[in-house]
Amino acid sequence: MSAETAIAEGATSPDLLGPIPGGGEAQLTVEHLTMRFGGLVAIDDVSFQAADARITAIIGPNGAGKTTVFNCLTGFYKPTVGRLALHHPKGEFLLERIEGFRTAQAAGVARTFQNIRLFPRMTVLENLIVAQHNKLMRASGYTVLGLFGLKRYREAEEKAVELARYWLDRTLLTKAADQEAGNLPYGDQRRLEVARAMCTEPVLLCLDEPAAGLNPRESQVLNELLLFIRDEHKMGILLIEHDMSVVMGISDHIVVLDYGRKISDGTPEQVRNDPAVIRAYLGEDEEDEPAGETAAGPESAAREGEERDA
Amino acid sequence: MAATTGTAPAVQPLDRQAMLKEAGATGLVIFALAFGLLGFRTLDVPGGIDIQYRFGDVAAAVVIGILGRIALILLREHRPLPVLLTTAPLAVVLLVMLLAKFLFGPETGAELMRFLPFESLVVMWAILIVIVVLALRAARSQTHIASEMTVEDRDARMDRIGAKVQRAARRLGPVLLGIAIIFPFLPFADRRLLDIGILVVTYIMLGWGLNIVVGLAGLLDLGYVAFYAVGAYSFALLATGLDVSFWVALPFAGLMAASAGVLLGFPVLRLRGDYLAIVTLGFGEMIRIILLNWYEFTNGPDGISGIPRPSFFGLAVFKRSVTEGHTFHEMFGLQFTPIHRIIFMFYLILALALVVNLFTMRIRKLPVGRAWEALREDETACRSLGINPRNTKLTAFGIGAMFAGFAGSFFATRQGFISPESFVFTESAVILAIVVLGGFGSQIGVVIAAVLLIGLPEFFRELQQYRMLAFGMAMVLIMLWRPAGLLAHREPTIRLFGKGAAKEAEP
Ligand SMILES: Nc1ncnc2c1ncn2[C@@H]1O[C@H](COP(=O)(O)OP(=O)(O)OP(=O)(O)O)[C@@H](O)[C@H]1O
Ligand SMILES: [Mg+2]
Repeated sequence: MSAETAIAEGATSPDLLGPIPGGGEAQLTVEHLTMRFGGLVAIDDVSFQAADARITAIIGPNGAGKTTVFNCLTGFYKPTVGRLALHHPKGEFLLERIEGFRTAQAAGVARTFQNIRLFPRMTVLENLIVAQHNKLMRASGYTVLGLFGLKRYREAEEKAVELARYWLDRTLLTKAADQEAGNLPYGDQRRLEVARAMCTEPVLLCLDEPAAGLNPRESQVLNELLLFIRDEHKMGILLIEHDMSVVMGISDHIVVLDYGRKISDGTPEQVRNDPAVIRAYLGEDEEDEPAGETAAGPESAAREGEERDA
Repeated sequence: MAATTGTAPAVQPLDRQAMLKEAGATGLVIFALAFGLLGFRTLDVPGGIDIQYRFGDVAAAVVIGILGRIALILLREHRPLPVLLTTAPLAVVLLVMLLAKFLFGPETGAELMRFLPFESLVVMWAILIVIVVLALRAARSQTHIASEMTVEDRDARMDRIGAKVQRAARRLGPVLLGIAIIFPFLPFADRRLLDIGILVVTYIMLGWGLNIVVGLAGLLDLGYVAFYAVGAYSFALLATGLDVSFWVALPFAGLMAASAGVLLGFPVLRLRGDYLAIVTLGFGEMIRIILLNWYEFTNGPDGISGIPRPSFFGLAVFKRSVTEGHTFHEMFGLQFTPIHRIIFMFYLILALALVVNLFTMRIRKLPVGRAWEALREDETACRSLGINPRNTKLTAFGIGAMFAGFAGSFFATRQGFISPESFVFTESAVILAIVVLGGFGSQIGVVIAAVLLIGLPEFFRELQQYRMLAFGMAMVLIMLWRPAGLLAHREPTIRLFGKGAAKEAEP
């Protein structure tokens, strides 16, 4: 079915023929995405689809170009070449044409960052209220009416607090609501960033290494949160992750990048057994389960990537 | 030089050579500085300028510097006793010499004062303060009364103090306001005091205005005085050229300043931190130079005079007698005195300042205000949440500038005369100093800082020339000691649980 959609839209990449691994309707169609920085080709002609209400993982060794894909999707970079179509309830958005903050505002693409970017000196609740800026701005009559404390704005703010409360409960942060975000433990900050992204009421959620630096227990909590978002909110999630236990455990569909190219694309089972992935990602000799890599690999890998981000 | 532990440290043998080297280096630095600054003094003599050599002063400065450094090293190496034994008597002797005039009468006093190393009494008092501080530290270290705190401890403590003051401010605010309201009628409120009051409140207003830009939105603006100037000139030109009354010209001047703020905001949108500071500084100077050179329009360095005084809400004027209309004193059946106008001015600026304050308190709790703070914290994250950074920054610039414009109008009407000289960079620096000293984003902090930086120096007019020096020193100390400002403590704009719950949760 998704193949038909892709063909109907004039997809030119053979990658996009056939159903999406892991099932589901296509929500995001990336075609021939290429991003060059001067002479460096960070992403080289990558095409893939991500399905609605599914978790699509993008994995690959350090410097493979994963974060760059996110930056292109979320309006931080303008791709050199490529078509990024988002199927939105309001119609189709071509993300490569939307710039900067409008991607989040109009197209409803929310993201988190590889190195956490909260508003550290604002409270947890305030972080979640700021995420609902555009909605509240309208309710406050672009400040003018809000200055006079109109009822409409007060009600809108109460609603915003309710939504924040909902996500606080889901991310187990309710108790910390009035604390400064910067004082939270690391794992809580990671979850808060997810909660903040969800408070923008997005259609597509892009998470850049949300499990980096988490201990196994926190990692488990995060897995459950992501599954909850997928199943209860029927939301498509794009997930960059080094932690194989997370990736293999919860994703429906995995896209593997290496040196900016797509080297594999399939269900976790397919990718796990793909010789190209084992060669590029896990090292030549490793015939074991990819899980063997997780013990030491991801932590240090994530650290190295920490410095460079949008 | 905060010690890292609270436990009594092991005393290590003193490395005399290293100590002398360090002290020597200090001496050299001081010599290099003092030679140029203290060594020569130009004197006006009939027929030209003469140079007076003050090498004695240079030598004294070097010696004092070296001795001070040695004292600091000894303190650092946990040998407070020799420091205490030398500084304490020295402090007493100095104090006696400085107060000799009052203690033993003028003659003996003058005799004793001749022994002081510097002529300037201010310098001597400063030296005395340094010596007393050294002695106190030595005494404390000797008796182990207070275990030294780490920087974090101190920050946490200062933040608690900040929080307390802000909590108190909610009660203190109305009290201060009450005092401000009855201030003109207090028995000791003479004209001079009222003038100082007006000045202080003007700077409080400017500080609050700049606080929106710097404290909330985190945009370091070093050219704030430009908008003050735009407001003042807009008002002055309207009032003198077109005969527009104060109450009509005031909003217009604010609008002009706001437009200038938005206009200047555009090109600097992409800049942050230091770069923004430098460019805004340049813009501030540009405005002043335009005012200086656009002679046909602004009257250049001669300025604009004859700016009309505000009327009593258009109903009456503050004059002894008028040919038409009413005078204020007749309207209320009072005796004419010029102080009426001053009192009115005081209330006017007080009201304007309060508007700024109320506005800021309100807007902090609105989406724009929160977006300003979020932008200060992390612009990239704001973008990812769909917040338009350009518009958000421009509103901060515009609103901050508008309030400066109101203050500028008031300045123009109060002075009756303005010229570019009133809008030099120093003014921007002073306003910024008030915001920084008080604590970014702290409303009550700005009040305290304005009283300290503007009010106090007015009482010590004789020391005017040292004002910038004191400013500089205060800034350096603040930056070292508490970079966020004295009373920087941020109150959340919204809470999920009430205030009480928050206090319980605190450790
Ligand atoms: N703004 C930029 N300018 C120049 N080169 C860039 C830029 N952003 C990314 N790159 C380069 O693109 C390549 C891919 O980087 P990217 O951050 O996307 O990797 P990644 O897959 O996210 O790696 P990691 O797992 O370490 O996060 C790297 O070689 C990087 O140096
Ligand atoms: Mg990355």
